[in-house]
Amino acid sequence: MRIAVIDYGMGNLRSVARALEHVGARDVIVTDDPAIIGGAERVVFPGQGAVRDCMSALHRHELIDVIARVIADRPFLGICMGMQALMTRSEENEGIEALGHFAGTVRHFRALTGADPRLKIPQMGWNRVQQCTAHPLWSGIAQGERFYFVHSYYVAADDPAIVQGESEYGGPFAAAIGAGNVFATQFHPEKSQRPGLRLLENFLAWDGEPCS
Amino acid sequence: MGLASRIIPCLDIDGGRVVKGVKFVEIRDAGDPVEIARRYDRAGADEITFLDITASHEERDTLVHMVEAVASEVFIPLTVGGGIRSVADVRRMLNAGADKVAINTAAIRDPELVREAAERFGSQCIVVAVDAKRSGGTDTEPRWEVFTHGGRRPTGIDAVAWAEQMAAAGAGELLVTSMDRDGTRIGFDNALNRAISARAGVPLIASGGVGNLQHLVDGVLEGHADAVLAASIFHFGEYSIAEAKAYMAAAGIEVRE
Repeated sequence: MRIAVIDYGMGNLRSVARALEHVGARDVIVTDDPAIIGGAERVVFPGQGAVRDCMSALHRHELIDVIARVIADRPFLGICMGMQALMTRSEENEGIEALGHFAGTVRHFRALTGADPRLKIPQMGWNRVQQCTAHPLWSGIAQGERFYFVHSYYVAADDPAIVQGESEYGGPFAAAIGAGNVFATQFHPEKSQRPGLRLLENFLAWDGEPCS
Repeated sequence: MGLASRIIPCLDIDGGRVVKGVKFVEIRDAGDPVEIARRYDRAGADEITFLDITASHEERDTLVHMVEAVASEVFIPLTVGGGIRSVADVRRMLNAGADKVAINTAAIRDPELVREAAERFGSQCIVVAVDAKRSGGTDTEPRWEVFTHGGRRPTGIDAVAWAEQMAAAGAGELLVTSMDRDGTRIGFDNALNRAISARAGVPLIASGGVGNLQHLVDGVLEGHADAVLAASIFHFGEYSIAEAKAYMAAAGIEVRE
């Protein structure tokens, strides 16, 4: 079973591949080749940084079409920027169009944290995640378990039904979203020790149905 | 608020090996960074920082291999600092598996390096290390100066203004070490950390001076640090990470169990 980790030059992708291998994936390939991504049985879409840079890198690497294709029909995991890029738009740089797989906006944390100087931006560290659903990717992970986050923007989904997990930073925000064969986390499972590795293990076992 | 205050053990690296030794029970090799990192991961460390003190540039390859080896087995955030001079150095460390790279002296020499690196790789992976020493001011309004070369060389730069400038340039985090407190075991310079915390707006890691667990609590409650970094109190087995977390939790600080 081949897992493609989409490489568009944004961040430390090898960690994701290593973590997948650590939980038993035998054929993980980090690639920007649309043919290889299109031929993989599972796809991981990681990334860090800004939506603007992410979108221009996806265009430059000609990955928009293949992402639209694989996100339609096979287990697909977005991580961090790979979650934010799935939304309609981001408010950064006075508005950036994103992939639009999910309806919603990527907002700066200041909108949640207000003027509280103790809530630093980026949010960096281990925050609790309240699971909103019994999604198969939460299997074996305790309610309220901590995962590692590092981000300055958060996802505000139009449809609350796609929110799979929620955390607090000045106010509640989406820690994970998903529908159908797509799941995406704002946190980094590959850096979240045991619970993170368990989520990746669950992804390897997942048939792409929202509830088992 | 759900975000936990972080505890970060710091390992000094020379030639790809942990120096000064780390005394875990039954450790086979006190200098093996992979085994030590694995132990700290299991013990509940929230991140691990590697500070490379290798003098020669040729040995940098050894550090890259070490980071690769650790990152293959330890799945918590790893920061690498020491001798980072260029965007190419940052890229090498990130590619090897570091999640964050700490830039110190090179940022003073070339402040644009921080902006370039942050634009290229994102603020989340750029830490600016600020080594500061009290210099003048009054008791109510102290001043601190940035030092380089392990606290030996003054720069004439105001540490608080510098920290703010680096955050504005794109540093996603600041590692603030008090050169007055480093090695003293009398606690962090909380006035310094509080002053920087109020101005910079990005997460702050307090470093330098930890001698007991109350110092970690003070670092968070009085210094407004988001993370506390310590070396000797953990390495020599005085306290475990779990004891530190239990102590902080009892003081009302949110920690990751």
